[in-house]
Amino acid sequence: MSAMQSGCGCSCGSGDAGPKVIFSCSGCADVGELADQTARKLTRDGAGKMACLAGISGRVSGIVKSTEAAQSILAIDGCPLDCTRKTLEITGFSKVNHLRFERCMAARQRQVVAVRPVVVGRRPICRRRWDTPQKSWPLFRMEPI
Amino acid sequence: MKIQILGPGCAKCTKLMDTATTAAKELGLDCEIEKISDLNQIMGFGVMMTPGLVVDGEVKSVGKVPSLEEMKKMLQ
Repeated sequence: MSAMQSGCGCSCGSGDAGPKVIFSCSGCADVGELADQTARKLTRDGAGKMACLAGISGRVSGIVKSTEAAQSILAIDGCPLDCTRKTLEITGFSKVNHLRFERCMAARQRQVVAVRPVVVGRRPICRRRWDTPQKSWPLFRMEPI
Repeated sequence: MKIQILGPGCAKCTKLMDTATTAAKELGLDCEIEKISDLNQIMGFGVMMTPGLVVDGEVKSVGKVPSLEEMKKMLQ
């Protein structure tokens, strides 16, 4: 993706590997917004390129062809409806890496206009009960803005 | 028919332009071939990597240079 040929600044020199494309459901519930924010953060961090899921639903040729050329596809869903994964599958993209927030973060689906993650504490990471906790990860609660 | 080649002007983009020109000539098509190198315009097609081939507003190929035979099929 970032490889270049002849210093021209395009992605032509990346060989057979296209970009890693990220789609999120960006739904109206808080987990949908969290999925959207995650896709944007991954794009900012250079892990892939976020693309519009609506472009897949609407069969926008540029987005569909770019997805076909992608090295890998990541679908981020907020809730068990799995709209992102299903939309991609209906369009013919069966090899999709799938991430669902409700499953991995025990997030609850609520119908709110906008939310923001608020750190409410930290949880120690220990692989076994007798391990001394060395690190911790933040615990979030989603609050309406 | 309008053919647009999306790419900033590297080797693959130039090769795509040549292939499209050859295919159009061999098919005897009356077409206009335009080279688009402005990244904002390229992004406007929803294309995330180059080179890209657009025929009458529809993106036909992204991220590769099709063979001459493939190109002819896309233009027909």
